[in-house]
This record gives sequence, C-alpha cells and structure tokens, in this order.
Amino acid sequence: MNTPVDSPLGPLGAPVNLSRRRFLLASAGAAAGALVLGFGLPLGSARAQAATAAGQERGTQVPAFLEIRPDSTVRLLCPFMEGGQGTYTAMAQIVGEELDADPATFLVDSAPPGEAYVVMENGMRITGGSMSVRMSYPTMRRLGALARAMLLQAAAEQLGVPLGELSTEPGKVVHAASGRSLPYGELAERALDLPVPDPASVQLRDPSQFRWIGKPVRRVDAYDKSTGKALYTIDIKLDGMLHAAVQHAPRLGMTVGSLRNEAQVKAMKGVHSVHQLPGAVAVVAERWWHAKRAVEAIQVDWQEPGNDSPLRPMPADFSSDAYRERLASEQGPARDEENEGDVAGVLANAKTKVEATYHNQYLNHAQLEPPSALARFNPDGSLEVWLPNQAPDMFRDDIAKRTGLDAARITLHSPLLGGFFGRHFLYDSANPYPQAIALAKAVGRPVKLIWSREEEFLRDVLRPLAVVKFRAALDADGLPVAIEAVSATEGPTEALAGKQGDKIDPTALEGLSGKAYAIANKRIAQIYVKGPVMLGYWRSVGNSLNDFFYEAFLDELADKGGQDPYELRLHLLRDNQRLTNLLHAVGELSGGWKRGPFTAEDGSKRARGVAMASPFGSEAAVIAEVSIENGQVKVHDIWQAIDPGSIVNPAIIEAQVNGAVALGLSQTLLEEAVYIDGQPRGRNYDLYPILPPSRMARVHVRIVESGAKMGGIGEPPLPAVAPAVANAVARLTGQRIRSIPLSRYTFT
Amino acid sequence: MELRINQKTYEVEADADTPLLWVIRDDLGLTGTKYGCGLAQCGACSVLVDGSVVRACVTPVAGVVGREVTTIEAIEADSVGKRVVAAWVEHQVAQCGYCQSGQVMAATALLKHTPNPSDAQIDAAMVNLCRCGTYNAIHAAVHDLAAQQEGA
Repeated sequence: MNTPVDSPLGPLGAPVNLSRRRFLLASAGAAAGALVLGFGLPLGSARAQAATAAGQERGTQVPAFLEIRPDSTVRLLCPFMEGGQGTYTAMAQIVGEELDADPATFLVDSAPPGEAYVVMENGMRITGGSMSVRMSYPTMRRLGALARAMLLQAAAEQLGVPLGELSTEPGKVVHAASGRSLPYGELAERALDLPVPDPASVQLRDPSQFRWIGKPVRRVDAYDKSTGKALYTIDIKLDGMLHAAVQHAPRLGMTVGSLRNEAQVKAMKGVHSVHQLPGAVAVVAERWWHAKRAVEAIQVDWQEPGNDSPLRPMPADFSSDAYRERLASEQGPARDEENEGDVAGVLANAKTKVEATYHNQYLNHAQLEPPSALARFNPDGSLEVWLPNQAPDMFRDDIAKRTGLDAARITLHSPLLGGFFGRHFLYDSANPYPQAIALAKAVGRPVKLIWSREEEFLRDVLRPLAVVKFRAALDADGLPVAIEAVSATEGPTEALAGKQGDKIDPTALEGLSGKAYAIANKRIAQIYVKGPVMLGYWRSVGNSLNDFFYEAFLDELADKGGQDPYELRLHLLRDNQRLTNLLHAVGELSGGWKRGPFTAEDGSKRARGVAMASPFGSEAAVIAEVSIENGQVKVHDIWQAIDPGSIVNPAIIEAQVNGAVALGLSQTLLEEAVYIDGQPRGRNYDLYPILPPSRMARVHVRIVESGAKMGGIGEPPLPAVAPAVANAVARLTGQRIRSIPLSRYTFT
Repeated sequence: MELRINQKTYEVEADADTPLLWVIRDDLGLTGTKYGCGLAQCGACSVLVDGSVVRACVTPVAGVVGREVTTIEAIEADSVGKRVVAAWVEHQVAQCGYCQSGQVMAATALLKHTPNPSDAQIDAAMVNLCRCGTYNAIHAAVHDLAAQQEGA
C-alpha cells in the first residue's frame, strides 16, 4: 500500500488523560492491578503540549510514550496497532534496546490519537503498508535513548555522583565505583521532573552490541493470547451498556422504506428498541443474541437508491463474473505508469510474440474478529469510542466530522485487532462505529454494536479485480526483449477517492510496475474502470494480484523461448546482485532448483515453480512444490527467501512469512468473493471458504539481510506465493494458469 | 437454569435455545471464548463439555445443563490444558490471537482423549480456522505435546 487518500494527520493532539484511560480499561477487565505512575505525564499536560507547540522533533516526548512503574516494568504507548504482526514486541525490542530494559518487562498498549505519536518518517501515523518498524526505527530507538538519559540524570542527582560515573544494566542504573545501583522504578519519579534532553545529545547503541534487536525475542502478548486474556473491541464491556445488532440493506445504497413488522419485533424478548439508520435497521437489546435474533426478524421494505445517493450503489444485476468480462473488453484509453524503450516497435518487428490475458478475483478480508464498536456519551457531552482501527487520528477526525463534536471531546480507544489485513482503515459504509454512535445517542446509554459475520461479509470492502493483457517479444535466443501489460482495473486508493487522480494510483499497478528484470522495452499501463464495488486494501494490496500476473506470464515467456524459468530470472537479474543472491538463496533453501516433474517418495508426481516480488521495500523469492490430489492442487512445500535489508525479530518474521503464505495460498487455491444479482454468494465461511489447516503447506524461511534500507515484513512474503504455485501447476499439468483461484480449474 | 462452568455453579436466565457462547460471553462475562461465525465453521468458540470439544455458537444452552463446561479462562486449572498453554507460548503460536482460545481448547480435548496422537490424528482434530495462518505452529505445538507424553 502506498498513500491513503486522507491525510491521517489530525489537529494538534487532544488532551488525553491517561489515568482516565487506564481506569476505563481496568473497569473493562483489562490491566487490573495497582497502576502507580512513575513518570508518564498525560499527553495533554502542559509540558508535553508546549513541546509540541515548539515544534519538537518527532518521537521525543518521552512522557507521552513511556511510564516506568515502581517495579521497573515499562509501559509503552505504541503508535501502532497490534493485530498479530508483532509490532508491540518489535517496539518493545527497539525502545528497550536503547532504554536498557528487557522487552520482557514491557507492557504495551496502543497510543491514543495525537500529534505526539506521529513517528513515521513519512509524517504519517498508520498501521499498514508494512511500515511500522521501517518508518519509525531510528525515532523509536532515540526515544528509548532519551528516556535512558533522563534516568541516568535522575540517578546522578539521587546518588550525588557525576553523570559520567554511571552506567546502566537492564532495568537499573549502576554506579560501579561504589557498587550501588538503583532500579529504574525508583528513579522514574525524579526523572519525571527533568526536561527531555536535546535529541541530538544522545548516542545510540552500536548495532554490534544489540541484545534484543535482531534476536528472536518472545512476543509480549503470547501468554495472554493463549489463555483468552487478550481483549479485543468485541470483548469490551461498560457499566450500563446495551447491545446492538444490525440488518444492512441487501445492496449498498438502498434505503429503509417501511418496517412491516416493527410492533412484533419490539415485542420480542429482550428488545429495548428498534432503530432506522442509513441503509440499515438496528435492534438494541440487553443481550446481543436477542438483538441479533430480533433484527433478523425485521421485514424491511428496502428502497432502490436515488440518483443522488452519496454512496456507490450496488446494481441489482451486478455479477462479478460478468463484470470481469466487461473489464476484459475495455479498450482504453490507458495511462502509462512505466514506458521505456520502444515497446510498440519491438513488438511489431518481433519474430516471436506472446500474448495472454490474466485475471484475478475479488476477496474479502475475512479476519476472524467480526467488526464491532462501542460508544458512550459521557455526562459532560464528550464521546468515547472503542473500535478496531489502523489509523486512530483519521478515525477520530471522521467521528468529529460525523458528530459535529470537537476532536478534543472525542476519546478513541484502540484495543487489539482480531486480525486486520487492511480491513480496519477508514472505509465509508464499511465500519460499524457511525451506527454505534448514533444508537448510543438515541438510547442515552453506552451501546456495543457487533456486526454478525453475515453483515460483515455484506459490507466489507473487497480486494480489487483486474484483467491484464500482456504482450511480449522474444529475441532469436528466446529471451524477452519487450513486455507490455495493460491492466483494466480500479485501484483501492482511487476507489476510496471515488475518482481517478492526476497521477496513476500506485496501488493499482504495483507488482506490474517496479519489477527489477532487465527487459529493455517495457510498458505498464492502466485502463481505469470505475466499478460498482466498494474496494479496499488487502494484505500486500496491488502486489497481491499483480505479481501473480507478471510472474506467471514470465514463465510463459520462458517456456515459449525454451528457457528454464529459474535460469531466465537469473539472467534477467544478472546486474542486480541483491536479487541474484536472493534467487540463489531460495534455490539453495529448496535443496537446489529442480523444476520437475518428478516422482516424490510417496509416489506422487510433483513439480516446482519459482517467482519473485519486490513489495513494500523488501525483496522476496518463492519456490513452491505441488501435486494434484483428488483433482485438487496440493501445495506441499513453500520455500521463501526474504530480504528486508535488516531485521528486528527473526522469529516474528518467520511467523509473518507463514501467515502471508497462508493468505497467499488461500487466494491461490480457493478463495473468492463472488457477486450474483448484486449480492455476495458467500456471507459466512461456509460459502466463502478460507484456507483450512488441511491445505496449508510446509513453510521454509530464509532471511537474507543484505543491509539495504529496511523494508516491510507483514505484506512482502505474500505476493510471490500465487505465481510460484501457478507456475508449478502449469509445469506439472501442462495447463496454463492465467487466473486465480485454482478452484475454478479442473485437474486430473 | 443452573450451569456448571469452570467448576462453579451459575444460575442463568436464558431461553433454552440461546447459544451457549452468548451466555458465556454476555451473561457470565467470560470473553475469552470468541464469536467468529455463528455457524460452527471457524471454531473460535470452542469450549469443553464433559471434556469433549464443542462449538458453543451452535450449542443450545439447555443442552449443557447438568454437564461440566470448561472455557479458556479455566484452562490452566486442567493439567493437560496447562501443558497446552505452555506449548502455545513455547512455540509462539499466536499472531492476532483471536482464534487461539478455540485452538487451545481443541488441542486440550484431543490430548485428553488421545495423549499421544499421530500426525494424522492431530490433523483430523485440529480443524479450527486461523486467518493469520498459524497452522504450522499449531501442528508443531501439538506434535511436541504428543512427543512429551510419549517420553513421559
């Protein structure tokens, strides 16, 4: 993902009272126990605000981020949301390394909205685009170093010794000369009264001395997540809270006409009240089960959208298959993202030409936690909202816009995410919080709204669909000398904007554009086609489809030119040492490149495919081994070499590669959002299957640290999975794979 | 009606056909058991009923009257469950964690019935969905537990 449409930068951080926040979380059942402030000024404190006003450098407001408790545990308010990718642990490692505090002593929560937490080098604060660590690494290290300097200063004063005689060991300041030491917890209060030192004055640790960065440090959330103690939005409970469920219009844009059986529904057990909302009806009840049962019983006369609908109305006759046919027939005009050499000329004169049309499918996010939101209006008119999000400032500002409340009167809580994969960005019509806020206002009590799985699959934004037409020319040696890809598609960023921008939406073409192969003549272009589907970001975004297209077509070129696809890639990357190394690494990891087909020990006939991708600042190379089992593709092994430049936690990287491979296999093998008559065919995991454990592959990971600029990890291991599998299947079966999912093919 | 949950007795006011999941979550406030699909597709709501794994989202509460229900909140009070949790931490299984309560319950039920399951038995029992793709870590953790049992 590249740039979201809206700037996430809110106004100057609103006063956020941390002790109030903790009280609320504690009352909700989280983080109970004695919460004694060490340092840890609320962000709204005079000093913190003055620092912001003075234009202090990013990520230097130590008290806004850190609190050290009397027992020397460190509470970190993390600028990024934890949804499984391990960012809480990574941040504990990075800050802990410089603070000199063991990451295992960290308690991490997500920070509230506010300018102080805008720590990314691109001036944003989002959890997405695989950006968290790579965009904040030096800043978060410096934050830890600044805090350490404050503790050292406090110790010098407390012990009455020169600063230069002091050093630190994990969790304490040590005066070697006298053998005395002071735990951080005993220094925190004094450190609180000190000014944050000049950011330029602190020295960062030499990487050769790292204790935690670069090591397989254990996740800070592993135990809580293995014992049901981790709290997600759906779990939060407030005193006096009511529950709500909704029934959405079957097609977006339709409006509520009349409710034919409102009186009967109101009389149903447990029902508090029935409400009409934009494009939905809701029931509020003492229990969610009652709310759900009642709301599903409402017979609504849905009205077709008017021409003035502010939404993107879903037509009654929309079919995703028919729409794909339409994309395939689009003639342009196209806009070029890349155009080098003389593609048209080379193609016109080429002896050997290859043409092929590829496509992919719509996808749901299908994160396991159904979206929910909890809203409470306080007696003073201020509003508190708990909701899953990947960009707290954008959500708070949106709530301010919708409610007319000043942003300072809105408190946003961001509990753990039960998976996200791009689901929890700001998508108009796809988030429950506007409904929860409206209902809380209407009933005068806190309301927790949960979207049932069925309502979620009805309103989730989808991963885009594209039809790509390729043309390529081979020279006399069978090597590609020109390649052209024209994609008929709408990218998620331009979809959210509702219109094409002045420049091409990079999220539409990434993965067709940005390929590293040395092919002298190339043209990558987009035919923008605005469709009726609400689109969004899905893990690895444009790369999730485009690397499939490109890398599968590249294998077609190899076959046509009589080249081995692995050797062809090496040839096309011969001047690129980093990618040559990576391709060698994955080949080696797999025991040496062998394409097959060959007979495995169990007697099955198998083949292997290779593919590469350059997503989100990292480089990835994948080899897949497949067979056909009962007419279905069976993926036995995925070998992946990944080069994110440099790393923070190899164990989490390995887990992320596993996760990305699972999602990659899911979209390759079986997953698709099919629309018929304007409605999704699958609204639960029965008709929208996601990868089950039985179809997971063994995953082998090699991390390559080339030392290049640090790249992302959450998304980069995904894009090369689909083409590696497709290339293996094509080799094994002789059948070209020009679309996903493979469940649409028949194999024997 | 009277329910036995985690070795405690609760008096609950609920319709007989209310899914056990919502009684556990909303009436008893035990939120470790998760709602994922409501259709017994994903297994996030897995609990133990008399030691066997059950999907609480489609189990009418009346059906567990007189039986012993165990949720994730009490998993470490069970000797097998305690070992499962330790293996989950050791293997760093969880990513987002949302499905893991159910995964831990499913693993506990498997190992209570079959202390030393084969890989095929593990695959047959561990069928809950995980969107983060922790399947290999789950398999490794359960495999490890089976091996421990064999060595014991």
